[in-house]
Amino acid sequence: MKCECCHEKEATIHLTQVIEGHAKKLNLCQECALENGIDLNSPISITDVLLGLGAHPQSISPAATEFDLSCKRCQMTRTEFKKRARLGCPECYNAFMGELSALTKAMHHSGQHVGKIPARQGNEARITAQIAVLQKDIETAIAKEQYEVAANLRDKIKALKISAQSLENGDANDA
Amino acid sequence: MTLDDMVRGHGSWLESGVDEGPVISSRIRLARNIEEYSFPGWENEEGKRAIWEKCSGLFQSSSADFICWGMAETTELDKEILFERHLISQELAANDVGCGVFVSPDECLSIMVNEEDHIRIQSLQPGLNLMAAWQAADRTDDELEAELTYAFSPKLGYLTSCPSNVGTGMRASVMLHLPGLVLMEEMDPVINGISKIGLAVRGMWGEGTEAAGNMFQISNQITLGRREDEIIAHLEQIVLELIAHENNARIRLMNDRAVVIEDHVSRAFGTLSNARMMTSGEALNLLSTLRLGLDLGMIDEFSRREIDMLFIAIQPAHLQKLEKQELVPEDRDVVRAEMLRNFMDTVSDENNSD
Repeated sequence: MKCECCHEKEATIHLTQVIEGHAKKLNLCQECALENGIDLNSPISITDVLLGLGAHPQSISPAATEFDLSCKRCQMTRTEFKKRARLGCPECYNAFMGELSALTKAMHHSGQHVGKIPARQGNEARITAQIAVLQKDIETAIAKEQYEVAANLRDKIKALKISAQSLENGDANDA
Repeated sequence: MTLDDMVRGHGSWLESGVDEGPVISSRIRLARNIEEYSFPGWENEEGKRAIWEKCSGLFQSSSADFICWGMAETTELDKEILFERHLISQELAANDVGCGVFVSPDECLSIMVNEEDHIRIQSLQPGLNLMAAWQAADRTDDELEAELTYAFSPKLGYLTSCPSNVGTGMRASVMLHLPGLVLMEEMDPVINGISKIGLAVRGMWGEGTEAAGNMFQISNQITLGRREDEIIAHLEQIVLELIAHENNARIRLMNDRAVVIEDHVSRAFGTLSNARMMTSGEALNLLSTLRLGLDLGMIDEFSRREIDMLFIAIQPAHLQKLEKQELVPEDRDVVRAEMLRNFMDTVSDENNSD
């Protein structure tokens, strides 16, 4: 991959920045990165880089400072969150969803949990996770050109979605 | 058990383990938060005390005998000892109100309360055995979860103070001794390669520490969108490849520079047996050389694990605890050299009596 700045040398530095809620990938060679003031040895974490702390000031959108969103539960503001690179409470994940979904995707290359689920969580969480796992399996099957397998998996997802819906309706009836 | 007893022994994670040549230990860390509270960095003192009380209650009623240290009542020296033994982080040591740690007597499990997250479960195992470490952490997690409602979202998984841990909240890491790759000057490309596949390389004491004594910690960065067993299998596969690279580097070293390596090992032996002052940096490097000599069959006076224990025992807080007094760095260097000389004496005595 060639450097996006000089278009000559091989890109060895691969940065992801969040600009106005969109993750933007930047591939640079060592020289261009240095020229652009990207300090490779500074102790900033990937969170800082993705939140725009280590980037140029202009990459933080002016809207962010004018319109300071805050979490209704713990009152952490967006500015405070960006400064600390730590969230205030579990509800912050909803309050700052716009920034966070791009951020988590860039960090983890995924936006859906597929691991352990606490026993206290209801069936909804379990079904959502099952669907996510099957979705991943479909992608693998398609990549291997196993279309029959993929179709079977798709049917399984359909069935799960129907059972999730009936679960939801059942809950509504109970209430 | 008190810290005075602990500093004379070692954690069970330093027993013999799988692939214990290049692999020291395997570690799993789980980050968990309680739904009804703000994360520790944003919660007030009252809330943090309530979390501490809640967790203390759970551990006191637990069947395992956990040893508890509240950071507010723990001296700076004791905090440092817990850190040197890999039982707490520097971040926890820097806090006090409502912060503390629960440690199992064999030191394989430690649960930090109110560090970056409300609960941080750490599980250590000797050698390459991430699955056993995961199973122990998972069990402790199940026990806690029976009494606590965790912050969890079906989409994002376990919600954590820092978005870099969201999802499984799991960091799996393996501590490796890689002198072959360092001597062959092949460690930099290895570190570069590893960071490109979503893994991180750190020093012996975790985040922000240098790789002293050729010790490296390799860990996963991605916590969302992969199952715990997938993360573990991926890391383990890379570690096995690294071990193969290390063994390969050692073979080439022995083919090309056997005398140089033997010279290094013998000099390390000599210095450790005779020096009157030694900094911890020098000691770590000499012990690393000795460990390499052992792996290569050049010496057989002691076991790898005896050396691994010295890696911890020569640390500043441990020396001061054993000496029962505060020591300035120069005095520590004298005490450290004496401790190492004594160790070398006992092994050569044992040898002579054979």
